[in-house]
Amino acid sequence: MSLKGKRILIAKPGLDGHDVGAKVIALALRDAGADVIYTGLRKSPEHIARVAVDEDVDAVGLSILSGSHKELVSEIVARLDDLDAGDIKVFVGGTIPPADHEDLKGSGAAGVFTAEMTIDEVLAEMDRELAP
Amino acid sequence: MSEAKAKPDTADADRETGPGIPRPVTPSGIEVPELVTADMVETSDPGSPGEFPFTRGIFPDGFRGRLWTFRQYSGFGSAEDTNERYRFLLAQGQTGLSVALDLPTQCGYDPVDPMATAEVGKVGVSLSNLAELEMLFDGIDLGGISTSFTINGSAAMIYAMYLAVADKQGVPRDKLTGTIQNDILKEYVARGTWIFPVRPSMRLIADTVLFSNRETPRFNPISIAGAHVRDAGCTAVEEIAYTLANGLAYVDELVKRGGEVENFAKRLSFFFYVHMDFFEEVCKFRAARRLWAKLLKERYGVKDEKALRFRFGVVCGGSSLIAPQPHNNIVRVGVETMAAVLGGAQSIFTCAYDEAFQIPTEASAEIALRTQQIVAHESGISKTVDPLGGSYYVEWLTDRMEAEAVKVMDEIDDYGGVIPAIEDGWLQMRIAERALERKSATDSGERVVVGQNYFRRDDEAGSFGGVFRIDPEATKRVVEKYEAVRDRRDNGLVEKTLAELEAAAAKDGENLMPYLVDACHAYATVGEMVATLKRQWGEFQEPVRL
Repeated sequence: MSLKGKRILIAKPGLDGHDVGAKVIALALRDAGADVIYTGLRKSPEHIARVAVDEDVDAVGLSILSGSHKELVSEIVARLDDLDAGDIKVFVGGTIPPADHEDLKGSGAAGVFTAEMTIDEVLAEMDRELAP
Repeated sequence: MSEAKAKPDTADADRETGPGIPRPVTPSGIEVPELVTADMVETSDPGSPGEFPFTRGIFPDGFRGRLWTFRQYSGFGSAEDTNERYRFLLAQGQTGLSVALDLPTQCGYDPVDPMATAEVGKVGVSLSNLAELEMLFDGIDLGGISTSFTINGSAAMIYAMYLAVADKQGVPRDKLTGTIQNDILKEYVARGTWIFPVRPSMRLIADTVLFSNRETPRFNPISIAGAHVRDAGCTAVEEIAYTLANGLAYVDELVKRGGEVENFAKRLSFFFYVHMDFFEEVCKFRAARRLWAKLLKERYGVKDEKALRFRFGVVCGGSSLIAPQPHNNIVRVGVETMAAVLGGAQSIFTCAYDEAFQIPTEASAEIALRTQQIVAHESGISKTVDPLGGSYYVEWLTDRMEAEAVKVMDEIDDYGGVIPAIEDGWLQMRIAERALERKSATDSGERVVVGQNYFRRDDEAGSFGGVFRIDPEATKRVVEKYEAVRDRRDNGLVEKTLAELEAAAAKDGENLMPYLVDACHAYATVGEMVATLKRQWGEFQEPVRL
């Protein structure tokens, strides 16, 4: 798996405090050999984009269960572009109705993950997207 | 719906035919004997309901005198939107209100704050000031209904605002019934709507409890919740242990502040999730109730039986509900409701089947309410008190769960108590590890979830029923009303009440509730009150451990 050695930022944007998914994915990515940074709760889009650039990550994984995924994903993709970091892939996971998945991909999300997916499915999709 | 056959989604052929015979172990890891016989049961006589240690319930007559409260958690958009939903639910036979607040209000930000704008009215109603609360309860008599608020970091402010609305409605404070969740410890661990550091937060909670005991003696100023740690991944045994450990931390804080346990313990309440392992859930409630009564008696010498009564509400659903084949969730909630009733819950919230992926529609919210009405009025399980009492398995498992919970509480004590365990991030890490275990067990198929890891079908996207959309104008309306209130109010008075609040916060031992009530009456906003206290106390710094 090419996740080994990849630098990945797991981030909780907005005010949502549900961090189980974020932590589970962070632990699983670490077990898969990735270099994982976790922001903790309640981070602004600006903060997340800046950390992503400062830490020179390959991907950002956003965890959003508050229903604000559309606003937050667009905002973070835009902030990364502002910092000339459009090459950093953005993934999003959380409570996301099926109807919104295509919209999120249109806004720049490389992958959209929900709770019923297995960890292996999530990691495999990230791996595919991050393959050189 | 199409006629496509269920097909396996993994190489495991079992996924098509079904999971086979389940392993005889509860989700908490307790090995279940093939047959439990009388000689295996330590507690051969569980005693009488209404008497210490309350294994069989806190009331001698169970539900014969009064059913549990049907209390559906609800709130979204603006106060007007939510008021309309409340009136609908009350017209359908709901017997208590439960207010869901949006994240900005829960975290202490006004709707115009840059941290808030994306989330105004999303997962609950926006209640930034008294005018919003007046609207929320428009046409609802606060003297005639109990209201529960899922509010923690900013609980003192919302409670103060509730008192101010009651004052304006002319309802005497001693008539007010209801609950504020006000349990900050589990917010640091699982739910995340903390604001201030742990120690000033404990002070604010003691303020609310002591004030409430005096001013609103029928109100529950705290609901110590295991629900969220459970949903975050921990087991039923750990749910008991973490909840009671937090409960003891509040008792210690209140004692330190001069509270009388005999008094304030009567108004402590609790809150749990119900997940799917039926008997483990029933026994969880029986074990928690008994253990709490013993702890208060043994550690604090509490004598008054009323103060030993463990009163709790439950949520049926939560993370036991899933998005695939969502109508199956109705059945899950039905099973869970029966476990809650047989465990002796005082109030029940049944989740709607679509809550795994959206705010419920009016139709799905109605089915959820009907589910508990069917259990209450058709199933007959509440006809006699604790019908499972005396069952060898139930008494055996109750004993086992109590013993296992005590072990986990001992581990917390060994660490130095819940407060250091939270400040260091130790408890948070334990729960994250559990969550990974639970997810891995689901992925591997060891934990069966029908429609997700077995009997899955991939052809039913969009078959879940109605889509809920918050009125896109709601945020705009909330912001306009907020600005109008700030223009209309007496800003000099707001500044004066906030300055008095700040001065009081600087003095240890001064109860802040009267100052918060004054500020609410002056239409100070939640964001302003929180910002005032942050100047004195700072903010919680989350220990990020992986």
